[in-house]
Amino acid sequence: MRAILDELADKYPLVIAFIFIGALMGVSWVISAKGTRNRIHGSAIAIFLGLVLAYLGGLWTGGTKGLADVPLLAGVGLLGGAMIRDIAIVATAMGVGLDELRRSGPGGVVALLVGVVGSFAVGAAVAFSAGYRDPVSLATLGAGAATYIVGPVTGTALGATPEVIALSIATGLVKSILVMIFTPVVARRIGLDNPRSAMVFGGLMGTTSGVAGGLAATDPKLVPYGAMTATFFTGLGCLLCPSILFIVLRWMV
Amino acid sequence: MVIYGTALLCGCLFLGLLAGRLLGAALGIHADVGGVGLAMLLLVAGNDRLRRTSKLPQLTGEGVRFWSSIYLPVTVAMAASQNVRAAVMGGWIALAAGAGVVVGGFALVPWIRRIGDQEGGAK
Repeated sequence: MRAILDELADKYPLVIAFIFIGALMGVSWVISAKGTRNRIHGSAIAIFLGLVLAYLGGLWTGGTKGLADVPLLAGVGLLGGAMIRDIAIVATAMGVGLDELRRSGPGGVVALLVGVVGSFAVGAAVAFSAGYRDPVSLATLGAGAATYIVGPVTGTALGATPEVIALSIATGLVKSILVMIFTPVVARRIGLDNPRSAMVFGGLMGTTSGVAGGLAATDPKLVPYGAMTATFFTGLGCLLCPSILFIVLRWMV
Repeated sequence: MVIYGTALLCGCLFLGLLAGRLLGAALGIHADVGGVGLAMLLLVAGNDRLRRTSKLPQLTGEGVRFWSSIYLPVTVAMAASQNVRAAVMGGWIALAAGAGVVVGGFALVPWIRRIGDQEGGAK
């Protein structure tokens, strides 16, 4: 029996993933309706449960892909992986109005710059208060506060130690997870209910998975606007952090 | 047909990814500079053009709509594949820096939105 299940998991991963995710979302909607009396949206609960399961999966397997490291659920890693995720994100652009986009553009650009530079500053400041003094480590940890991709890209470019690079990834991951969880919670208070705010939001937060997940749980119609700016953030961060921002940091320290 | 919509969508994505990586290579970074963002701009522009010349048949649109309705399950699967264990193991530095940036970011949304309105000309 065990061998048969292993073989099915190996050859039909996506089939199992769809069953699992479908069931998880069903459970989340029931919790939302019966448990929170529709106050917390089912999608927010589903994403939260996904993160909890990812943590448990990581504990159990010691791997880096959360629940997807569990052999039976490897398909979840495919379903939630970069390729399918990016197809789905681009598809949401179908609901974007070109005029709305043009009007929201300037705010998005400002948000991107503030987001990248601001994240770098906060990350480096926290690293500094933790005792790091060398510009390479400070810059890498600052970059990690931008996104969990910018961190290691910057660290590798500047020659940081593996421990610092790992810490920068952890920082980026914390950021992404917090955004995913708390966006629906704070959305109304920060006026996150229209395309323009969504573009600013995406540009400021930057973490594509965080923004995509957070907006999905808030208002799916906002996803394309937020995702559009967020996907430029990583590229901008990879550009600025190892170069200009590092140079400025080195001059300051 | 639904496949046409899917092919259109993936065509935009592929071109965007290509452009993003070429741009990154030109700038000396071994990463993608907003490829998905470029793909979305392509799809929005192409969609707008097709809509105005009304050449977009119903089912092509449905192809793209299928993928955007898959979006939430994909997002849940993505959440379940995150390396949460590493995030937790990052300790207080990762938590402080991550939380600080998130709180700051949230707080700035209304402010930057207002600046953006001034720059772009509010309604």
